[in-house]
Amino acid sequence: MAKSIDVSDLNIYYGDFLAVSGVNMTVKARQVTAFIGPSGCGKSTVLRTLNRMHEVIPGARVEGKVVVDGQSLYDPSVDPVAVRRQIGMVFQRPNPFPTMSIYDNVLAGNKLNARKMKKSEADDIVERSLKGANLWNEVKDRLSKPGMGLSGGQQQRLCIARAIAVRPQVLLMDEPCSALDPISTSAIEDLIHELKSEYTIVIVTHNMQQAARVSDDTGFFNLKATGEPGQLVEFNPTKKMFTNPDNEATEAYISGRFG
Amino acid sequence: MSTIQADPAPPSDPLQEEGSTGRAGDSIFRGLATGAGMIIMLALAGVAIFLVLQSIPALGASGEQAYGADNIVVYIWPLLFGTVLAAVIALVIAAPLSIGVALVISHYAPRRIARLLGYLIDLLAAVPSVVYGLWGRETLQGWVFPVYDWLHDNLGFLPFFEGPVTTGRTILTAGVVLAVMALPIITALCREVFLQTPMMHQEAALALGATRWEMIRMAVFPYARSGITSAVMLGLGRALGETMAVALVLSASGIVTFNLISSQNPSTIAANIALNYANASGTKVNVLIAGGLVLFLVTFAVNFLGRYLAARGRAKA
Amino acid sequence: MTDTLHEPFHTDPSTDLSTHVPLTKPQLPSIATTLAAAVSWGLAGLPALLLSWPIAGWVVVGWILFVLALPTWSGLIEGGRKAVDRLVTILVWSTFALAMLPLVAVIYTVVERGAGALSVEFFTASQQGVLGEGGGIYHAIMGTLIITVIASVISIPIGIMAAVYLVEYGKNNRLSRTLTFLVDVMTGIPSIVAGLFALALFTLLLGPLPRIAIGGSIALSVLMIPIVVRSTEEMLKLVPDELREGALALGVPKWRTITKVVLPTALGGIVTGATLAVARVAGETAPLLLIAGTLRGTNFNPFDGAMQTLPVLIFGEATRGGLAEYVPFQIERAWGAALVLIMIVMLLNLLARVVGSFFSPKTGR
Repeated sequence: MAKSIDVSDLNIYYGDFLAVSGVNMTVKARQVTAFIGPSGCGKSTVLRTLNRMHEVIPGARVEGKVVVDGQSLYDPSVDPVAVRRQIGMVFQRPNPFPTMSIYDNVLAGNKLNARKMKKSEADDIVERSLKGANLWNEVKDRLSKPGMGLSGGQQQRLCIARAIAVRPQVLLMDEPCSALDPISTSAIEDLIHELKSEYTIVIVTHNMQQAARVSDDTGFFNLKATGEPGQLVEFNPTKKMFTNPDNEATEAYISGRFG
Repeated sequence: MSTIQADPAPPSDPLQEEGSTGRAGDSIFRGLATGAGMIIMLALAGVAIFLVLQSIPALGASGEQAYGADNIVVYIWPLLFGTVLAAVIALVIAAPLSIGVALVISHYAPRRIARLLGYLIDLLAAVPSVVYGLWGRETLQGWVFPVYDWLHDNLGFLPFFEGPVTTGRTILTAGVVLAVMALPIITALCREVFLQTPMMHQEAALALGATRWEMIRMAVFPYARSGITSAVMLGLGRALGETMAVALVLSASGIVTFNLISSQNPSTIAANIALNYANASGTKVNVLIAGGLVLFLVTFAVNFLGRYLAARGRAKA
Repeated sequence: MTDTLHEPFHTDPSTDLSTHVPLTKPQLPSIATTLAAAVSWGLAGLPALLLSWPIAGWVVVGWILFVLALPTWSGLIEGGRKAVDRLVTILVWSTFALAMLPLVAVIYTVVERGAGALSVEFFTASQQGVLGEGGGIYHAIMGTLIITVIASVISIPIGIMAAVYLVEYGKNNRLSRTLTFLVDVMTGIPSIVAGLFALALFTLLLGPLPRIAIGGSIALSVLMIPIVVRSTEEMLKLVPDELREGALALGVPKWRTITKVVLPTALGGIVTGATLAVARVAGETAPLLLIAGTLRGTNFNPFDGAMQTLPVLIFGEATRGGLAEYVPFQIERAWGAALVLIMIVMLLNLLARVVGSFFSPKTGR
């Protein structure tokens, strides 16, 4: 059920401002693809165009094509709601719904589609998703407690459970560990490794070691120049990127000479 | 470290070392500011004390001096009933409308238009109450008359619509006018709360594939619940205390009834004062003031509850 | 951990079935809303014409058809969730249209019925000796002006200084917490209660049934002060602490920091708030009815006797009754005065907005 994503000639605008220009890449199915690069170069912006979440920001629009499983996401006949259901997202800061219990948080997406879910069926989904997010053992005795009572790392795994509960084809992660401590971060990284066999994963990260640890492919984004739009400088297998990058700027960034 | 401590005028703490003119100016200015606060306290204490003092003679009023009622309680109770009834009608109409209007401004309208729409709603609040009253008395009552006829013919079995329909100037019309006046207040407060809903929770809902309405139900309403309640309470406070619109619109006879569309209508405390004050004398004035005191206490309780809920909601969020 | 993860996923049959999930769903064309609206009101138009319904009936029936038609159509093609979304969208926008109805209706009616009353005489004459036609509202305009100006002179300094105390000196001590609470209480005082307060006060000073314009100003001040305090407080809180610290660090005394740095920075917002407060009380009726009373002639002395004001004049003319032949003139006068009052209030609101946007770059964070 995991799908690949083909991006071609993607330009992203906020109003009249061209934020990112000319992105071409192929995100492979059942692999982890990492986006790295300095702040403000459009990594998160590109990620959000992959499930049409960037439209939430007023004035944002795109040119170009994003094709998932042979279907262009920006075709006029495509329903953004259906897109986001197939392509789940985990955000920078853990955002479980504050008024819902752990149980209800996991089911939040499922309840949108199936109003009448059997209790046993719902229990199954909750257990499977929480296990999938490596959180089951920690919360199985307090499923009716509010999700906000968990630690930051647990909350983030709850959000991952919520995202995979609706069985998406792709999982987008926008700096999922940037608000977490090292132990929680390592738990999430382990989880990403495990989820890879089921999902196509795209992860934005500020942390190059993290990209090196978890990803198969890496895309390096950078500004053309100050005030110019962001662009995809290099897209290569992670191994090659971190040992022998094609581009000088990539090498400079990876070796810590800027950014 | 020691050199800084030895410095007689450390720049980080200039308040300690001001010139003598500065210090005199400071205490005068501070005195003025404190004095202004004191005046507010005195004014409010004055309001309470004068109302209570002037209400005391009303306690013993009966018969002619209490407008024909046996005592002050019997006189004020039907008025309090009418006050609450009109305000509740107003809220039943205004609360759902306000939530809808607030959603238009916060989530439905494109951002640039939303500002303009917000101004329009603020203009609704700017129209003086006496103008609404005049409009209700002269214009709206004619519009609603056929509606009341229809309600009486088709829903006349309900006690609310018993009729008979002989005028448009009923408690229901008064409620509608009050609703118009409470709407901008409730809308403004709801709009604030809706706009404060954390973006990350809204995005979480959208990323799960929620439609706009599902997102509002999942992320916005749970967050805004206490804010909405408090907004409705404050709107209620406004509707309870409104005088002129009711005084102009209502054809009141001061009875207690749930019949909303007949010519026999309950009156409200505020409107009753406005209508009877001109030819009141002796203890009658005290009776009216006692009514005002009751109104003050009721609106105070409602407003207090509203603000308490708002503060509790903020503390939780 | 790993085996508990994989096992249930693979045994689920839907995994294999969902290899191709379509992202496109059948959608209504983009003109669907317009189309449904046109058809709904078109259909409602037929019986409306045949049975000669009033326009309101046609609008309501058309709206009901529209509310039923578009979501049903959407439900058949796009599915239930989308249909609910469309239904709510219609309902939400409808509430806005409904809320605008009274604003448009009031302004239209006031202009339509009040414009005829406007004349030179209307603005220059009083009602002294006028029984039916003629006369003007000069006395009421002057009264509103005098009473409102005095109320502003009392309220604005007190309100601003109290806000200064709350933000600059109070720092959440007991007095400032009490004051904040009392200002909240004051915001909720019904206007007629403010009038009763002034009435009780002047009964004590002047004997029973006092009529005095300054009493009206005092009653209006009770309503106005909390508005000024609230808006000023908001604006002062927006002034960044760096500005205060910057001035204090230069050795400027605190009171000069407040008067020379803090207040000027917040000036735009304070003026906007004060102007809106003036607009709010200029239309107040109930307190003035009780203490300032009514008068057919002009009185310029706020310390002696009754003074007519615009809102009280509107109320009086609308409810006076009297000889049937005079009533139409009284009603026309009420509408004319309402038009003048609305223009004054709207002008003040517009002024407040202009001032607000003119100063906003300075006050913005």
